[in-house]
Order: sequence, then C-alpha cells, then structure tokens
Amino acid sequence: MSLAAIIDPPLGRLSLQSLPFWQMLQHPTEANVINGVIATGAACVMVLGAIVSFALITKYRKWGVLWTEWLTSTDHKKIGIMYVALAFVMAARALIEACLMRAQQAFGLGGGFVSPEHFAELFSTHGTIMIFFVVMPFLTGVINYAMPLQIGAREVTFPRLNSISLGLTAAGALLVMVSLLIGKFSTGGWFGYPPYTEANFNPGVGPDYWIWALSLSGLASTFTGINFVTTIWKERAPGMRLLRMPLFTWTALCTSILMMFAMPPLTIAMAQLALDRYLGFHYFTNAHGGNMMHFVNLFWMFGHPEVYILILPSFGIYSEVVATFSGKTLYGYRSMVMATMAIAILSFTVWLHHFFTMGQSADINAVFGIASMLIGIPTGVKIYDWMWTMFRGRIRFTVPMVYSVGFIFLFVLGGMSGILLADPGVDYQVHNSVFLVAHFHNVAVPGALFGLLAGYHFWFPKAFGFRLSERWGMVSAVCWIAGFMLAFFPLYALGLMGLPRRTVSYTEPSYVPLEMVAFLGAILVIAALGALLVQLWVSIKHRNENRVFVGDPWDGRSLEWSVSAPPPDYDFAVIPVVTDRDAFTAAKESGNAYQRPGACADIELPKNSALGPALGAIGLAIAFGLVWHIWWMVILSALAAVATTISSGFARDTTRIVPAQQVQREQQRWIAAAAAATAISRADECKSSNAGLAEQEYAGVSA
Amino acid sequence: MSQDTIKHPGLNLGCAHGGDHDAAERVMFGFWLFLMSDAVLFGMVFSTYVASLSATAGGPGPRDLYNIRSVFIETLLLLASSFTFGMASLALKYKHGETRLIGWLTVTLALGVAFLGFESHDFVTMFAKGGAPTRSGFLSAFFDLVPLHGLHVTGGCIWLVCLVGQIARYGLDTRVKLGIMRLALFWHFLDIVWIAIFSVVYLAGLA
Repeated sequence: MSLAAIIDPPLGRLSLQSLPFWQMLQHPTEANVINGVIATGAACVMVLGAIVSFALITKYRKWGVLWTEWLTSTDHKKIGIMYVALAFVMAARALIEACLMRAQQAFGLGGGFVSPEHFAELFSTHGTIMIFFVVMPFLTGVINYAMPLQIGAREVTFPRLNSISLGLTAAGALLVMVSLLIGKFSTGGWFGYPPYTEANFNPGVGPDYWIWALSLSGLASTFTGINFVTTIWKERAPGMRLLRMPLFTWTALCTSILMMFAMPPLTIAMAQLALDRYLGFHYFTNAHGGNMMHFVNLFWMFGHPEVYILILPSFGIYSEVVATFSGKTLYGYRSMVMATMAIAILSFTVWLHHFFTMGQSADINAVFGIASMLIGIPTGVKIYDWMWTMFRGRIRFTVPMVYSVGFIFLFVLGGMSGILLADPGVDYQVHNSVFLVAHFHNVAVPGALFGLLAGYHFWFPKAFGFRLSERWGMVSAVCWIAGFMLAFFPLYALGLMGLPRRTVSYTEPSYVPLEMVAFLGAILVIAALGALLVQLWVSIKHRNENRVFVGDPWDGRSLEWSVSAPPPDYDFAVIPVVTDRDAFTAAKESGNAYQRPGACADIELPKNSALGPALGAIGLAIAFGLVWHIWWMVILSALAAVATTISSGFARDTTRIVPAQQVQREQQRWIAAAAAATAISRADECKSSNAGLAEQEYAGVSA
Repeated sequence: MSQDTIKHPGLNLGCAHGGDHDAAERVMFGFWLFLMSDAVLFGMVFSTYVASLSATAGGPGPRDLYNIRSVFIETLLLLASSFTFGMASLALKYKHGETRLIGWLTVTLALGVAFLGFESHDFVTMFAKGGAPTRSGFLSAFFDLVPLHGLHVTGGCIWLVCLVGQIARYGLDTRVKLGIMRLALFWHFLDIVWIAIFSVVYLAGLA
C-alpha cells in the first residue's frame, strides 16, 4: 500500500452521511423522519449521558480517583465491580431496544413505524449486546469478585492480564455504542451469517462494527478464561481441595475452561470473514470455492459452548443462594459437580442443532439431536438438587431467593421447549419462528440473567458494605418474572401460529392480541430495570441504616463471608486453612470464626497498572480505524499496541507491600466491630439491626 | 530431582533457582493453558484447510504450487532451532552463564529468521504461479493456516529479541527466567504445529 493510499482520504469512509440524521435531512419522507428521529434520539441520549458523566466527574474532581482507584486498578474486586457496571449500562440500551422491537411488532400489522433496515439493526445490536456486553461482563465481573474470595486467595494469578481483559471488553462495548452515533451497525443478526454479511451484499460498515466488537470481546474472554482456570487451579488456600470448593467456584471453573476452548473458533470465524471483506479472500463467498457452511460450523462450535458459558455461573449462584437462604448445606454436592462438568463437556457435542435444516443427512441430525437431549439429564439433576436443598430448610424469601424460585419454574419450561427443538423433525416445523425466540429467551433470561441478578443482590452487601433495599428489589424481581412471562409465553403460541422470527411487519390480524401482550411484558421489564435503578439510589441514600461491616449478613457458608464487608484490599489478613466443605459454616459452628489473628505479616499485592486502559484505548482505535478504513490510524495504533506490550515486559517494580502494622490495625478494627455487634436471627436479616453478624442456631455455639 | 519438586510439565528450573523455581509453577501453568487455547485456534484453521482441499475453483492446486525441497529445508531449520533453544534452556537451568545463554538464543533467532525467509520466498513463488489467496477457497484456507504459523514464529522472534534486551538490562532475574521458559514452550509448540503442517499440507498434498 502506498503512502498516499494510507492517508488519503484522511478520514477513510467517514463523511457527513455517517451521521444518523443526515438521510432524514436530505430526503425528508415520513419513514425517513421517523427512523431518523429514533436513531438521532438514541445517539443524543448516549452523547448526553457521556457529557453529563464527564461534567459530573469534573465538577466533583473525581478524575484522579477514577484513574488511580478504579481504571488502573488490578484488584480483582474492583475489576469485578467495573465489569458489572459496564453490564448494567449496556443492559439499559439492549432492553430499550427490545421494548422498541416489541412495540414495532405490536403495531406491525401491515407496516408499523420502524423501517426494515432499522429493525434489523435493532435485533442485531440487541442480541450482540445482550450476549457479549451484558451477560458476559456481568458473569465475568461476579466471578472476578467472588471466586478469589471463595477459594481463600488474595488475587487472580495474572492481575494485569485481568485489567487488560476489562479494557478490551470495554473497548468492544464502546465500539457498539459508537455505531449508534457514527454509521450503522450490522443488520445480520448476532450470528451474522455470510454470504449476507459479505462485502457483495453488505458493503457498508455495519458488519465491520460487528466483527471487531466481537473480536475484542472474544480476545478478552480467552484471556479471562486462562486467568480464572490458573487461579482456581493454583491459588486455592491450603486444604481447599477440589471437592471442597464452593459450587459457584466449580461453575466458574467450567465456564472458564469453556472460554479457553470455545473462543478460538469465534476468533477464526471473525478473522476469516474480515479477510473476505477486506482483502477479497474466499472463505464464505458464493463463488470461487467459498463455503458459508464453514462459517456456520465455526460460529456454532463457539456459539453452543457460549450459551453454557453464560448459564453455568448462574447455576453456581443459584446453588449458593438456595443453600444459604435455606440454611442447609447444598444437597447432592458431588452430583452437582458432576452435572456441571457433564454439561461443560456435552456442550461441545451439540453445535449442529443450531442448523438442523441446513443440509446434513438425517443420521447426522439424529446423532446431534440425541446429544442435545442428553443435556437435559445433568440439568435435571441440578433442578432436583436445588429442590432437595430447600426441602425442610430454614427458607427465607429474600430477593435472591425469589429469583431462584422463579428460575426453577421458568427454566424447567424453557428446558422442555429445548427438548422439543432438539428433535430434528419438530425443529423443521418451528425453526426460524418466534417459538425459537421464546425458547432461548426462556433459558437465557431466567437461567443466566435472573441468576446474575440474584448474585448481584447476594454479594452487593459484601462488595459495598450495605444491603440493597429489599422492597425495591422485590418490586424489580416481580416485574422481571411477570414481564418475562408476558413477553415470551405469547411468542410460543405465535411461533406455532407461524410467525417467523425477525419479522418487521405482518398481514395476519390474529397475531395482534398476543403481540400486544408481549409488548406489555416488555414494558414491565423496562419497569423492572427502572426499579433496579431506584433500588440502587434508595439503598445508597439509606446506606448508613443498612451497614453490614462485620461481613456476614445472610449467615453465609463459604469463605467470602468470613471477612469484613467490604473486604480489605488483601482479602485475607491470614490465608485461611480449610478443613471442610462450607468452610465458614464449619468455622462458625466450631467457634473459630472472628478470631484475632496472631502476628500479621507484610502482604505483597500487585501495583496499579495503566496497561489495561491503554491497551483498551488502543484496541478501540484499531477497531474504529478498521471499520472506517482509516489506515494511518490502524497502523499507528497497531505500532502503539506492540510498543506498549514490549515495554510492559520491561516493567519490573510491579508489586507493592501492605505493611504488617496496617494489616494488624485493620484486623483489630474489624474484630472489635464483630465483638460489639449483636448477632441477629434469620428472621431479622432484612432489618437494619443486621450488622453482618449471624446468630448461630445450634445449641452451645455462639459466634 | 525428586517427584515433588517438579512444578510443571516440561523442563523445570530446579531447586538451585530457589524462589524462581516456585514462581514458575503458576506462570507456566497459565502458559500451558494458553498453548491449549492456541492449539484449538490451529485446529480450526487445519479443519478449514482440509475441508477446502477440493475448493480450487479451477485454479492451481497443491501439485502446481508446493515445492517440497524448500519446505524440507524449512523443516530442518525449525527442528534445528528447537534443538538450539533446548540448549539455551539447559544453559539457563544449569547456570552456564549469560554469554552462553545469549549465544544459543542468537543461534535460535538466526534459524527462525532463516525459516521465515524461506517461507516468504515460497509465498512469493506461489503468488507468481497464480496462487494468490484471492484465487480460490483452497488458497484462502492455505494462506490462513501456513502464514498463521509464520506470524506466530515472527512473534516468537520479536519476543526473543525483547528477552535478550531484558537480559542486557536486568540480568537473569525472575521475570527474564520465566520469560525464557515460556518462550521455550512456545517455540517447541510451533515446531509441533509445523510438523503437522508439513505432514497434512505438504506431504499429503504432494502424495
């Protein structure tokens, strides 16, 4: 490439036409105006949000704090919190898009108000965001926060890599957000099948935005997987044998293994599609020996394990929540572990069920159909284990427990419709209808999302030192559950009535009533999101009445509850020695909890590092340059990435020491608080008397 | 060395290295995981290649394009570089001194660069014979697999230069040692991948 080609035109494909309102101004037809207003409105909300955040941070002079305490932090707890914050921001956008789509379909008899092009962008961004930038960061954040605490570790093995993963994930999310303002996103759905997404049919920037957002996120998840597996394998406290690990850690392990092995096919599929689009290769094109089935296979070899990456951590959270709020040890721990592992392994053997109708022989379809149905067995084991855990337990219907019970009922239904779809014969009838849409939302929303929300309520007091408002949490949970049922149960019926997925408008009047019900459900889900925001606001406002500094508000069973809330930077003043499953419950029952530590030692922790935010920013610049063909930007950013990586290899002074005296002081303050606190019974755990010290309901033992 | 002092699969530092030997355990485990993930990456491009063998779309095929002599020389170069890196690892483990270590690393680098030179020459020849990746699905798949390995080797060479730079700057400290051990694994891994490429792409292609 000559120098002239690199700098001319300096902004690549960027022009005024890339702005969302340009077409509306040039050709003010009614349809253009409506869609232009929606797109411009969305872009304005995003820009306004950015300006307001910028102004507020500047006004309160928080840039320094943001940089030193958060963005450059290598603390697994802070990185975890940042991941969850990212997930919430992205969820707001994806949920509003969902509501817009439901509105369009509700009024879609013979037209509706959204153009087909715009509708296709909506379902593509909704799916892409929900999977890669809501549930993935959410679960990565929760694992980051809770897993090292559960295994008695002070850090993940590679703290700087952890920060880089966050940087790259945030870069991918930002890229999707930028597509709202500049240019258009892909219209190819979240799995963007070629040849539709090839340059012949889609010469614009949409598929490129999608390719590079997924690539950034995929790279980040590969690193995260490696990091978590190493951590769980090598950083466990003495005595924390594999079969003593809390179940959430087990699911984190399985999810991380899946991340390690399932992300490479995505990376390859994205790279090959990019080579097709940018350099005229022929992987998936119609002519010259390209074969789009290669993409379909690669994508679902990633895509199917991916859905278990999404759901396994939530299974872990339900296991913790159900055991804790039933006051019992988890029923069938070993069978839970085996079921989790079985699901992880089976997840690699079923990818073909995503395209039963794409030309394989009946025998191959049968094999994959049976393999898909087999997954129902370990999942069923889990359902029974959770129910037996509750049986004759000391059950409290707190918010996480409401989500868990809602999950059990709804997930069984979603699983049942999955078994139906796993039959190739049935699949031929209902594939590509909204029956499928109902099915995967039925497993993804109650399965993955409810679990993560339960985890958010469960561990929030641990992370911030005060409980969330129970009342607003309950409002939100009920809205979520009812909203979900109203939004998706009608889609089962609509699917059987023949409504194809991704339909922008239809001519069949009998669809309208059910579409209206689904729209109502979507509004309820938006209300649920609103209630979550109100809850956060109310809880922060009343935080002083709900402090749980002692750290054990729910009579928890695993090690994360054995430290103060929020935990100190170093998590554990002294690394605990584990002798049993449910390590903290064992300590409380034997009277060994809240012991004054003997002599504390200096603790070595990783220093802050600007590497994560730097590589995130560089990754965003490379991706943006690639999308818009701004070659000088791509080249300079790539050089910067190499230079940054090399110079980080020359860094030496990467750890800091927390002096023993400081550890001792902080420990004494916490022990004194525990001694002064009143232990509360389970009946009072949602009252402000709960200071985080749990009464032991066993005779002769007190905390 | 007794069994319990082996910290990870592969050549260990050994107890004579004290704390560095212990520190290797976690880092090397993480790197083994990375290699497993990378192996899946290669597995995917191998399967794309095999599935695209017949997709020549009327363009040139393996017999028209591959040159077994050149590829055989590349194989010998890469195998020799694995041997010399092995000598470097032994120099590190038995503390033969920085000069000898850097010497073996330099020989390895020279062999790696020579390999890349031959490989680039192969590609240029293929282009000249009409074997560009835009010609057919088969050639796209070829240029996904073989250059991906070449890119890995290039990355390895850059990493090697950086490590020599780190030795010059810091001597053989913990991070340098762990870096050399990881690069060693990486280098041998690429050797194994090349064996697979040599067999699946070139030998099977010309058989």
